[in-house]
Amino acid sequence: MSEHRWLRITECHNIPPREGRAVTVGRHDIAIFNLGDRFLATANRCPHRGGPLCDGIVTGTSVVCPLHTWKISLESGAVERPRTEACVRTYPTRVENGMVLLAVPMDPRAEHAA
Amino acid sequence: MKQLVVVGNGMAGMACVEQILKHTPRFDITVFGDETHVNYNRVLLSSVLAGEKAADDIVLHPLDWYREHGIRLHVGVRIVDVDPNARTVTGNDGGVTRYDTLLLATGSTAWLPPIAGLDKDGVLVFRTLDDTRELMRRSGPDTRAVVIGGGLLGLEAARGLQAQGCQVTVVHLMPTLMERQLDPDGGHYLLGKMEDLGIRVLLGRTTTAILGNGHVEGVALSDDSCLEADLVVVAAGIRPNVDLAHKAGLHVNRGIVVNDFMETSSPDVFAVGECVEHNGICYGLVAPLFEQGKVLAATITGNKGPTYTGTVQAAKLKIMGVEVFSAGDWSEQNSEPVRYEDRALGVYKKVTLRDGRLAGVILVGDTSDSHRYMEWLRTNADLTDQRRHVLFPPPAADAGLDAAEMADSATVCGCVGVTKGAIICAIHEQGVNTLSQLKEATRASTGCGSCSGLCQELLRAVAPEFEEDARTVICACVPFAEDRLRDILRSQRLKSVQEVLDIYGNGQGCEVCKPALSYMVDMLWCGDHAEDRSARFINDRVHANIQKDGSFSVVPRMRGGVTSPAELRRIADVAEKYSVRMVKITGSQRIDLLGIRKEDLPKVWADLGMPSGQAYTKGVRMVKTCVGTDFCRFGVQDSTTVGIEMERRLEQLYTPHKVKMGAVGCPRNCAEATVKDIGLVGQEGSWQVVVGGAAGKHVRKADLLTTVVTSEEALEAAELFFQYYRESANYLERTYDFVERLGIEKVRKDTVYAPDNIQQGLRDRLHKSKARARDPWQEGGTPKHPTQFIPLHPVENTLA
Ligand code: SRM
Ligand SMILES: Cc1cc2nc3c(=O)[nH]c(=O)nc-3n(C[C@H](O)[C@H](O)[C@H](O)COP(=O)(O)OP(=O)(O)OC[C@H]3O[C@@H](n4cnc5c(N)ncnc54)[C@H](O)[C@@H]3O)c2cc1C
Ligand code: SF4
Ligand code: FES
Repeated sequence: MSEHRWLRITECHNIPPREGRAVTVGRHDIAIFNLGDRFLATANRCPHRGGPLCDGIVTGTSVVCPLHTWKISLESGAVERPRTEACVRTYPTRVENGMVLLAVPMDPRAEHAA
Repeated sequence: MKQLVVVGNGMAGMACVEQILKHTPRFDITVFGDETHVNYNRVLLSSVLAGEKAADDIVLHPLDWYREHGIRLHVGVRIVDVDPNARTVTGNDGGVTRYDTLLLATGSTAWLPPIAGLDKDGVLVFRTLDDTRELMRRSGPDTRAVVIGGGLLGLEAARGLQAQGCQVTVVHLMPTLMERQLDPDGGHYLLGKMEDLGIRVLLGRTTTAILGNGHVEGVALSDDSCLEADLVVVAAGIRPNVDLAHKAGLHVNRGIVVNDFMETSSPDVFAVGECVEHNGICYGLVAPLFEQGKVLAATITGNKGPTYTGTVQAAKLKIMGVEVFSAGDWSEQNSEPVRYEDRALGVYKKVTLRDGRLAGVILVGDTSDSHRYMEWLRTNADLTDQRRHVLFPPPAADAGLDAAEMADSATVCGCVGVTKGAIICAIHEQGVNTLSQLKEATRASTGCGSCSGLCQELLRAVAPEFEEDARTVICACVPFAEDRLRDILRSQRLKSVQEVLDIYGNGQGCEVCKPALSYMVDMLWCGDHAEDRSARFINDRVHANIQKDGSFSVVPRMRGGVTSPAELRRIADVAEKYSVRMVKITGSQRIDLLGIRKEDLPKVWADLGMPSGQAYTKGVRMVKTCVGTDFCRFGVQDSTTVGIEMERRLEQLYTPHKVKMGAVGCPRNCAEATVKDIGLVGQEGSWQVVVGGAAGKHVRKADLLTTVVTSEEALEAAELFFQYYRESANYLERTYDFVERLGIEKVRKDTVYAPDNIQQGLRDRLHKSKARARDPWQEGGTPKHPTQFIPLHPVENTLA
């Protein structure tokens, strides 16, 4: 298991309720969603054809990809519709002092490349 | 003629009088009612409280009915005494009336449990129209209401009060809701549904006192906690009104005791409805009283013979979106239970069988099969052969079979007691074609209304010219037909998508219903509403069309397809500055700049200095025009000017689906106006306004709406149709489906041929919306949200 680091990303109010926003951290393209009572984060690439998940409509604790309506669980990253094994990566989140934090894996290669 | 005096102008009394009138006349009828209204449908008070019906909608017998049948009606008079020897009744107005035959139909009153402080202002019951009006008067967005009692009536009261804006808490003595109709599992499913609606439920607690100084301020509960409240509704049960029966010297237990002929212990006095007790049972529902009324009418008119042998009790909760049905004896003692449940869907079903016959049934979350179970209960059918199919019937070979399979004697409407045979008769003999005609002819479906689906099915199968109200449900999140939803949003003054989902839906919504609801609130409230961007598709959050790679396309408005060298130059500059991947002339006479990054959109719009062409949304797209009289040697109308004017008048408005228009200077139709949603076709000396055309997925020639002389008249006809489509089409229904569904005759009748006030209403609402509309690209300069167009910049980055 790779190590990860908690990073302060943005103030909570920068993500409106039930919407998502994109952020790039190192080599990770991440979509963060505001579910009202908490924030959830996944990779910002739909496993179907790479649609930007941050632009999808949130339904419950899932997001619907804006391109061809695949539905992805924000909690587990699993694709809920259509039935497929595919899934996206999720990132742990927490809120501290009005700031959203993400746990992003330390990736020695990426650090090195920079 | 003999004098018949009826005490109680309610559902049982008048249903019985209706039956009496069918026999040879032998009575002069006088009716006393202490309410100040004509007889109305008490069952539907829940719908009145929920704002779904007006008081006028629930009248059962208008004044004319009493007049036509020579019935003397005294409303607002309470009978306070009976003298069985003199055969007189005395009213609270002092009037004394003689009778030969007395009919007590006094119903019941709300039972008040022994709680201290019930006399405080703000403590109410829910039994009459006046109670309902008082509840509505006292309800509002800041009202905290406590309902005592979690039975049918309490829950319907709670839902109604919530629809009136109150924050509602239900306090219920028992550990589960509706325990008389549901087993603990069923009660648990129901609890979840009530909580999903946003109604708080406290179980296993009693109210010990009503607190407050003169006026209600709260309630104290048996667990020593207190709830703040401005309004308390007591719905803890009912008690039959038997005072008069005592005075008349009748045999009374809990209710007035009657035998199978509906006779009391006195030959001159009869009783019907909730005030009677038959075979040890006092009923609290309408179905039994209709059956009793028929038997009593026979007995009382000298046709004694038919007997009343009791009614299978069935209850249905009338809360939209919370389906609950229960009938018979569903206890599992000495019976074989069969169950089905799906927690995620919130569906719970249980039937109990005894000796191969149905004993009882509970349905929560899906009550579509209730009539099948009622029939089995009523006929005590032997189900041995169907044992495998008691919960799920074998798939029907064709639609309508379910209704077709029913016996003619089977009851369709349990409330009023109408059989399938009677409905078929009405259809054949009275030319019934619609549900409303059927209601008129047979009264079927005028009680609780839950059999309307089955009635529709029968109509569809049998009526030669069946007409159905077109209704589509958007999705399972908000399970209502769209026209219903529009009514609900209007009457409940719901102005945000989330509110609708919280109160009428599953609280979440999805990519299908959220945009539809967004459109609905916008259309109904014309900008007086809280727009919720999260409920809209990405295109409508950033006012551009998302592409396969996540970039966006930009189509500026180019009214009528007319541009200028300066505009073209600016477009060219923008294309170079932002390295636009492709510049393309679209199929709609405009220019598309493709492959623009989200964060560049505001800059692109500013540099273009043109309004949004809204090529990304369900809204007004464009008016294609031809060169018309300005240049064309055949042109007979100025299609370019009129087309541009039409675009100006309608642009920036949202619609159920996209609206594309065209204006052409002569019938050669070079801009294809006859295959547009709205088209203006120039003729020598006139314009044809055509609607519902298509040349996309479908090809459909537009229908002629009207032919008018001036350009202004043509524009006004287009406006009328446009607003009509906005208000009445289902979401995602293009005009070609809408016009096809309604028929052009109806469209004409509701628009260009409509009375002045209807037309004016359409115009006013259109202009109100238009006055609030703005060019969405203005948001480039003043974004709706700071990060609307830009990605987040992380405060900390692993690389930093
Ligand atoms: C750009 C354009 C094609 C072009 O290069 O010419 C275009 C592009 C798209 N059309 Fe179209 N339509 C374009 C003119 C048309 C026309 C011709 C016209 O407007 O006269 C039609 C036939 C007329 C009609 O609307 O019926 C047309 C019928 C459709 C349909 C089928 C609609 C139908 O119910 O029949 C769709 C799908 C839909 O709306 O459900 C569609 C959907 C689309 C979408 C929006 C697909 C989507 O949802 O992403 C395409 C966006 C591409 C993109 O990535 O930006 N497009 N589309 C045209 C833009 C016109 C404009 O200036 O606004
Ligand atoms: C909100 C609500 C929802 C309901 N929903 C359902 C449902 O979904 N399904 C169902 O089957 N049932 C339902 N019921 C019950 C149903 O309404 C009753 O079973 C039915 O109305 C009983 O009819 P009735 O004529 O016996 O009594 P009522 O309708 O109560 O009529 C009795 C009338 O007599 C008057 N009266 C009494 N005493 C006197 C007197 N001394 N002098 C003059 N007038 C007098 C009363 O004021 C009243 O107007 C509901 C009831 C309520 C309140
Ligand atoms: S026809 Fe329209 S929807 Fe189809 S590929 Fe072309 S632009 Fe896209
Ligand atoms: S790219 Fe997400 S559904 Fe196709």
